[in-house]
This record gives sequence, structure tokens and C-alpha cells, in this order.
Amino acid sequence: MAAVTPAKQARGTVFVRTEVCKGCSYCIDFCPSKCIEFSKDFNAKGYHFPVLTRPEDCSGCDLCGVYCPDFAIFGVRLKDLEKRIQAQRAEDKAA
Amino acid sequence: MDGDHAACEGALAAGCRFVAGYPITPSTEVVERFAQRIPLIGGMFIQMEDEIASSIAILGAAWAGKKVMTVTSGPGLSLMMEHIGYAAITETPCVFVDVQRGGPSTGLPTLPAQADMMQVRWGSHGDYEIIALSPNSPQECFDLMIKAFNLAEEYRVPVFFMMDEVVGHMTERVVIPEASAIEVMERRWTSKPPGEYKPYAADDDMVPEMVKAGDGYRIHITGLTHDERGYPAMNPPTQKRMMERLLGKIRNNREKLIDVRGEHLEDAEIVVVSFGITSRVSGPAIEEARKQGLKVGHLRMVIAWPFPASVIQQLALRVKAFVVPELNMGQMVLEVERAVAGKTRVISVPHPGGTVHEPQEILTKILEAAR
Amino acid sequence: MSNESCVADACNIELTPDLAMENPVMPFLRKERIPHIWCPGCGIGTTVNCFVRGLEESGLDLNNVAIVSGIGCTGRVAGYMNLDSFHTTHGRPIPFATGLKLANPKLKVVVYSGDGDLFAIGGNHFFHAARRNMDLMVVCVNNHTYGMTGGQVAPTTPRGATVSTMPFGNFEDSFNLPFIADACGAVYVARWTVYHVKQLARAMKEGLAKKGFVFIEAMAPCPTLYSRRNKLGDGVEQLKYFKEKSVVKHGASTKDVGLTFQGEIVVGKFVDRERQTWLDSMNEHFTGYFGDKYQRYGGNHVKD
Repeated sequence: MAAVTPAKQARGTVFVRTEVCKGCSYCIDFCPSKCIEFSKDFNAKGYHFPVLTRPEDCSGCDLCGVYCPDFAIFGVRLKDLEKRIQAQRAEDKAA
Repeated sequence: MDGDHAACEGALAAGCRFVAGYPITPSTEVVERFAQRIPLIGGMFIQMEDEIASSIAILGAAWAGKKVMTVTSGPGLSLMMEHIGYAAITETPCVFVDVQRGGPSTGLPTLPAQADMMQVRWGSHGDYEIIALSPNSPQECFDLMIKAFNLAEEYRVPVFFMMDEVVGHMTERVVIPEASAIEVMERRWTSKPPGEYKPYAADDDMVPEMVKAGDGYRIHITGLTHDERGYPAMNPPTQKRMMERLLGKIRNNREKLIDVRGEHLEDAEIVVVSFGITSRVSGPAIEEARKQGLKVGHLRMVIAWPFPASVIQQLALRVKAFVVPELNMGQMVLEVERAVAGKTRVISVPHPGGTVHEPQEILTKILEAAR
Repeated sequence: MSNESCVADACNIELTPDLAMENPVMPFLRKERIPHIWCPGCGIGTTVNCFVRGLEESGLDLNNVAIVSGIGCTGRVAGYMNLDSFHTTHGRPIPFATGLKLANPKLKVVVYSGDGDLFAIGGNHFFHAARRNMDLMVVCVNNHTYGMTGGQVAPTTPRGATVSTMPFGNFEDSFNLPFIADACGAVYVARWTVYHVKQLARAMKEGLAKKGFVFIEAMAPCPTLYSRRNKLGDGVEQLKYFKEKSVVKHGASTKDVGLTFQGEIVVGKFVDRERQTWLDSMNEHFTGYFGDKYQRYGGNHVKD
């Protein structure tokens, strides 16, 4: 497991399931921090998918997740993510 | 007790606890009695806004675990057609009571007919199978109604209870047995746990086991062509598999589903084929013909669909003619002709409805057959 | 979740696939059926997110929640939800749901369908279920057109919009859905657009908690048909229109919230009142009539 060292200002991040994205751009246009952009790459269906280009600005508010009509992206606060990671590590250890 | 009321009692005895209906002559007495009876029995009656709503409210109730019924007559039945297809493809156990009246359209609201026989078999679009029973007395309205519910559970198809205005409004003595003496088929609940259960996976008998909403199975039920999981899968192989099973579960059991009553068939040269109220009118005509020395037998179809073709085929090898009286302009006679396949004569005794046949009309055709 | 691609490396978090989190909506969906059939920029998926969040916060036991849809694009919602789900016939989800609910009153039954399904072919059922105050939550995704069949005129198509069966522009007046729901007796009536995701999610939560006939109109773009044919841009452009032209007016008189072509959209919670449900009325009435002989229907969960 790699160490978690968040960038200075980042409070959150996003995950994208690129293969189900249909490139509607809701997450990009309605991101309150304007931290997501279209990738240059495209997925198997030919859609450009979102990437987090200004991670330091992401608050992990998950508004992208609520807007995304394709269930392709979601945001998470880093502190929640860390908790989750710790919980999972504890689980792994127990197992 | 009249036939409509007896039908209601039969449904209650069979375990029916959910009825949705819409008033229509001459069927309304069935639901009126149900509305009277159900509050203290513990069940639900709701008068919906139309027959379309009634016919799908019962399907919703069936998926919540109830035994269900709706009751109507011709015009209402026409409105229910889409949900007969939906019940067939979703394999929802349900009973549709059709107290037949003269048609087409509004026709003869207060007068009898047997003119919906083809509609219940073929009225909804696409290929499917149903079961239809034809009672001819208030007693049978009770007895056969229990059978109708049992068949709905056994095969998971819509079952039609084909009454008519005369049977519905005829008053006769009805013997209702002790509850313990009534054989009631319960739903075929699955014993599989969630995760293992697939709503449309079936064994050799082709009838899948059922669950109900709220049991934690998280089922998906759709009117689209679906796979064993119940998920839409709109492709030819899935359609083929689904149709083979939807039709096969009835077609493979055709012989088992034969319910006919025969009289004087041993030596018969002429056989009157009848169902429902017409079977009672045929009786005196047959007796009169026999008095005149003609060898006339009577074959009455209690289950009209699936059609008892094999019985007709057997008889066709040895009788001179079939005489088919029915309160329509010739519907089930087409099935008789199909089964006979030209091997012997088939004589239709049509009647436009509004009243039953005079026995003389049937006798005349029997005499014609004998010539 | 090996198929989640992590784009968080830019913030120096290195996540191995097993540490990648699952989208919080996924447990509420039939995962194996995603991706769904909806077009790029279609707003239906966004309403589903809001519904899921409402469901999550409602605290309901999901085994006791059933979802019923009719036919059409929104009619496919039921099939994607990891609930007991029923995809019924065109226009008839409400009477199906009525049967389901009355046969097992313990179930929370949600009807999720489109404007054509619920208000054209299914209009009559809507009126009567609301009149009876049937305990159902009805979510209507209003995209102003029939999407599945190619963008024909709907009872919600604004006058002046162009659709395939009104090729020279729609000359019919459209329904004001909250007004209908209010007039027929709904106990909760709200309208939001898919721009208003937080408010819509809250409405879903409130609706799920409310007893009686709940109506939520969720306006959503149909970029492929309605927007394209009317040269309104893509889904984002429609959401921007929703954002710019929406006015929040809680408690607005529903007769004043009718929609016009690309005009002002009044959103908010318009109605929130109490009325005895059909089943409670029946139980109370029968208890009064029959006295002790009557056993409250649905009081004990049906065990058969």
C-alpha cells in the first residue's frame, strides 16, 4: 500500500469510471471549484471523459457525482477517503 | 344463490383476497358481494377508475403475494387485453372473470352470449397461452372457480372464468363444502435464498417458482422480453427461449388439462359439442333426438382453452358428425373443425345472442346431421 | 473495484485498485446493468442520483421499498434500481403500484415514470390515485416529449416547441403538472429541475417520509430529441437555462406555475399538507361500522 500524502490544499478528489462516461460535461460545467476538465483521451465509445486538472481546488463535495447522469464520476473528501483506507487496512489485517 | 354470487364465494374459498373491479353489467354482482364479504374476512376490494386499472392493480397485488381476481364483461374485457399479455409474459397468477353478454361493442348489456371465447384466447397481441373454464350452473361457478385459482397458481398464467349473463343470474341451490374438504393450491414459493433465486429460471415443468415484493429478493419484473434474471434481453435467442417456455408450460400439459364431460358417447354417431350455458340447452335436444332413435352423444368442454383437440380427434374417427351450438356466430366450431380436419362433418349451430338457443334449433341440426 | 480508474494521482494519492472506493450510488443500482441506455446529457440519470440520495437519507429498509415504472425512457428507471422493481405497461404504473401497496401496506411504493406515461396515456390513473390519497410517491421526469419513440408531442410539450408530430410547432397548450396534482388532492407537490440536484434530493427524501400521495416533478433535458429539434444546445445548455430561468417560490399557488417554451420556471415545494390516506380512511370507516368484529387491514403485516 502506498503512503497517502495529499497535496497541500487538496481537500478532496474524484474517481472516474471512464468506460461508462458519455461526455455530457455536467461534472465539468457544474463543478463549483472548476477543477475538472475533459481529457484529451477518449474512451472505447469515443467520449472524452473528465479528469481532475486542478486537484488542489477539489473539495470532494461530490456535486459532480450527483450531477453525473451516467454514474461515472464521484467526489470524496480526503479525510473520508483516509478513514475508508484505514478501515480497509484494519479489515485486511484482521483477515 | 345465483351464479355471480357463487363465483364470488368460490373465489373466497380458493383464497382470493384481492379484487379490483369496475362496474359492468352483468358481472357487477360478483364484486358487489366481494365488497360486502371481504371486510370481515380480511382482504381487499377496490373499485378502480376503469377496467384497465383493475386489470393491472390485481397484477401488482399478485406480486405482493395475494391471490387475485378481476371481474368484467365484454367491453371491459376489451380494455383489459394489454394486461392479459402482461400477465402472460410476467407469469403472474390471476383470474379474470368474464360474464359474457351480447356484443360487439356495448351490444346487449343485460343479455347473454358466449362470444368472447376467441377474444380471451387471442385478444392480446403476441403469442401466449391461457386457460379458460366454462361453468354452466351456480354450483359450478363455485366449484370451478376454485379450480380456476388452482390452475392459475399451478401454471402461472391468466385463467379465464367464462360465465355468461344466464349462468351469472341463474339462481339454484349451491352446496358449499367444509373448508377442509376444499383442495386449494398455494403459490409455488421458492425455497431458494436471495442471490441464488432467479425469477424466470424453471425446471422441467417450465413453471418458475415465485417470490413477492418485500421479501428481500430485489426482483425485476418486466413486460419486455427477459432472461432468467428477469432482465430485459431483446434478442432472438432470449425471445425463443422465453416463448418456448411460456407456450410449452401449457402445450406440454394439454392432455392433463383436458376437462370434458361426456354423455352417451359410447355408441354415439352424432356428438353435440358444447360449453357453458349451451350445454344445458343441448340436453333436452339430445334427449329428444335419442327418443327418436338417433345415437346422439354429448361432449361438454369444462375447460375450453386449451382446446381438448385430442378428444375430438378420437371421436372424429368413429362418429358421423359433430354439432356445435354456441351463443355466437361460430367461434369454438372453428376449433372443432381444426381438430376434425375433414375426417367427418361439423355442423355449426350459431346464435347471435340475447337469449339461449331453443332446444328445437339444436334438434333440427342434429336431425340434419343424421340425414 | 478494478474497473474504477483513478485520476487522483495528480494530488499525489496513489491508490491501488482495491483502495478505490465504489461510487456511493452503486449499491442502489443493479450494477451489472450499467451503463444504462440513456443518451449523453439525458437528465434521467441525474434524477436517479437524487432519488438514491433521498433513499439513502430516508433510513428506509430497502427490502421494503418497491419501484414501479411505466414505459418510456424514464420507464427504464425501475430496471436499474436494486429494489423490488416493476416495469409495467404504458401509462399503468400507478394502478399497478396501487395493487402492490394495498396488497402489502408495509411496502413503500414509488412510481417513477415520464410525463407522457403519467399524464397522457396514464392521466386518468394519476387523477384517481391522487383523489384517493393513495400512499404512493410519484416522481415524474418531465422532458417535454416522448423520448423513446423519437420525440413526439406530449401533454407537457410547451406551445411553440417543435416536435416530430408537431413539425410546424406545437399549437396545443400543455399541462401544468403541479396544478393537476394539487387539484386532485396530492399531499406533497414539488417541482425541481436536474440543475437543482440538492433540492431535488431533499424533495425525494421528504417525499419518501411523507404519507399519502406525493408528487415530484423533475424537469430534465432531452438533448437528443427535444433540445436538438428546438436548437436549444446540449444537456448542459438546458441545465443552464434551468439555472437562469428558475425562480424558487415555495408555497406558490400551483395555478401560477405553468410552463412556457424556454420561459420562467417556478420551482419549489408548493404543497405540503395532511390528509387521511385511502387505506386509513377505509380502516377507520370499517372500524366505525363493524366495531370489534373488524380487524384493521394491513395492521399486521400479511404473512401469506
